Amino acid sequence: MINLSYNHFFTLSIVIFIIGCFGLFLNRRNMILILMCIEIILLAANINFVSASVFLNDINGQVFSIFILTIAAAEAAIGLAILVIYFRNKGEIDITQINQLKD
Amino acid sequence: MLSYKLLFFLPLISSIFTYPFGILLGEKTAQYFSSTLISLAAILSWFLFIGFSVSSSSEIIIPVLEWLFISGQFFNWGISVNSLTLLMLTLVLTVSALVHIYSIEYMAHDKSKVRFMTYLSLFTFCMVALVVSDNLIQLFFGWEGVGLASYLLIGFWHHKKSANLAAMKAFLVNRVADFGFLIGIATLYIFLDTLSINEIIAGKEKLLSYQINFLGFDINALIFSCFFLFIGAMGKSAQFGFHTWLPDAMEGPTPVSALIHAATMVTAGVFLTVRFSELMVMSDFIMTFVLIIGLLTAFFAASVGFFQKDIKKVIAYSTCSQLGFMFVACGLGAFNIAIFHLITHGYFKALLFLSSGSVIHGVHDEQDMDKMGNLFSKMKITAVMMWIGTLAIIGFPYSSGYFSKDLILSSSFNLSNLGPLVYVILAIVSAMTAFYSFRLIFKVFHGNYNGSYDYEKIHESGPFMLAPLLLLSVGAILAGYFLNDLLAGYNSKNFWNGIIFLNQDKHYYSSFYPILSKSLVAVGVGLAVYYYGYNFNKLAVLKKRFHSIYNFILNKWYFDELYNKIFVLPLYNLGKFLWTKIDQGIIDKYLPNGSASIVSTISKAFKRIQTGYIFDYTFIIISGFTLFITIIFYISIT
Repeated sequence: MINLSYNHFFTLSIVIFIIGCFGLFLNRRNMILILMCIEIILLAANINFVSASVFLNDINGQVFSIFILTIAAAEAAIGLAILVIYFRNKGEIDITQINQLKD
Repeated sequence: MLSYKLLFFLPLISSIFTYPFGILLGEKTAQYFSSTLISLAAILSWFLFIGFSVSSSSEIIIPVLEWLFISGQFFNWGISVNSLTLLMLTLVLTVSALVHIYSIEYMAHDKSKVRFMTYLSLFTFCMVALVVSDNLIQLFFGWEGVGLASYLLIGFWHHKKSANLAAMKAFLVNRVADFGFLIGIATLYIFLDTLSINEIIAGKEKLLSYQINFLGFDINALIFSCFFLFIGAMGKSAQFGFHTWLPDAMEGPTPVSALIHAATMVTAGVFLTVRFSELMVMSDFIMTFVLIIGLLTAFFAASVGFFQKDIKKVIAYSTCSQLGFMFVACGLGAFNIAIFHLITHGYFKALLFLSSGSVIHGVHDEQDMDKMGNLFSKMKITAVMMWIGTLAIIGFPYSSGYFSKDLILSSSFNLSNLGPLVYVILAIVSAMTAFYSFRLIFKVFHGNYNGSYDYEKIHESGPFMLAPLLLLSVGAILAGYFLNDLLAGYNSKNFWNGIIFLNQDKHYYSSFYPILSKSLVAVGVGLAVYYYGYNFNKLAVLKKRFHSIYNFILNKWYFDELYNKIFVLPLYNLGKFLWTKIDQGIIDKYLPNGSASIVSTISKAFKRIQTGYIFDYTFIIISGFTLFITIIFYISIT
């Protein structure tokens, strides 16, 4: 049986965080994936908070994770709303087409 | 004392307030306002002059304002009241007042008449400041001020390119001469440590004892400073070499030509020479130089006046020629006669100019004399005025020119041996004057009308233009008769009272010479009548036969071309070289443009980073952040 130390949890959160980060810029297809990657990054942070709160015996970390979840939900809602409007205007959500920052 | 200060300040008030009044109260009000103020000053100047000339005081200096304090020296605004300045003031203010009144009608159709009146008043103020000055700094202020006003007024119609160019030419030629004037002032200051005119004249002996090393030559300080003062006078008075600006100055409105370029400003050079007469007579070299320049100018300008087509240019060259006469008188040591001629000339020349303005007004801005003729029946009063002016300038007996010109001619016998020669030259120039003056009369007022403008529409000018003409004609007829005794006759010693140098020599000349000069003048008149009154064809034949001389004279002795070759073109080419090769080719190319192009090359390289794709930016943000954190950790560990 593996003895779960906090190293495992931190490694997990880092791995998830890095997956989220790479997802942000390796993904070249559509914006929903970006939103999902941001959710993954927040999730990684949550794992970090919760595990730290368990190992340090401090409830604050878990309280914080609830806040983060709330914010993540709100952010996802807003992001999706923007996406819908964007889709209505442009008729697509391909990110390679979103390069108007250049002009 | 207050009345003298009023003379000083009335023109200033007029020049400051005319423009605001024009905006607030309307153009007419402003015109009447400035005319009234200047006329008041003119009337006042006559009262003061008469009062002063009966009293026997020699000079009063009235301080007006403190101005500068430099290295232990005060330079103040002051009014120096003496017979010379008061006499000049009566001329300046009278002509100025009449020109102000004249301009009310002459400029009636102009859009910016208020500006015109403002400039005229500004000119009057500067001229008064010049004349009454008791020190050279104020005199120089007035000197430059009248130059500025002249520039503004020549270029008054600034939409005309020729007017702008003429204004610039007048200004630049005068700057050259003014540089000489400044050198003269500086020399006087260095050696005498004062700029007060009286103290300078008092220090003439001291000045004579100094030597200046100039470009390796040892020159007497007095000769040096007098020479450069005279260079300044030559520029302002359009003497030979500096004369080129005066005919071109006729681009300005005619009242300006009458006031500035005939009666007052151009005589400032003569005034300066006379003001420093005590210095000038100390050196034979200077006197000879003045005499030669005066003779050259008188002859040159009279010859060029022969075939000018523009009515105003003929009068301009005659002005130039008459100024030469005044300098001849100065060079002969007859300074009082120079001033006498200055005064009479001021009246009859202003009369001639204003009459020609009336003609130009009547024929609708036509100045070419070939397109005039037979205007006598259309504008009788103007024609009579022009006749009076012309008779005065040729020295018709008992007109004002008769007295002053005759005195200049006879004073040539102040010279012991060359007197007759100078006399004959002057007599010939007088005959030439008579010729071109009568040519003008006959071309404009008699003969046949050749113009394109409808003859029936030609009209006499209104009362505002004719009244000044009538007043000036009074001056042109009577000024000589009344001033003769005071300025040059029995009372002159009392009148001048040591202000200027008076020649004590009793000159003698036989009755042969006056008869010679008068018959020469009569011949000049006769030739003009013969060629321009009756036999036009003969003139054409003559012109053909002597066409090289004719062209030489018509082209003003090729002076403008010469100056173009010598001064203007080299400077222009140098400027163009500096501009295109040095400035644009080197400085602009490498310094501002070079640094700009470096920036643009670098930024072009960096531009490639900016793809506009979100994922690229995200990558850069995250990797940059990671790098940053790593560095911080690395630093905090070590």
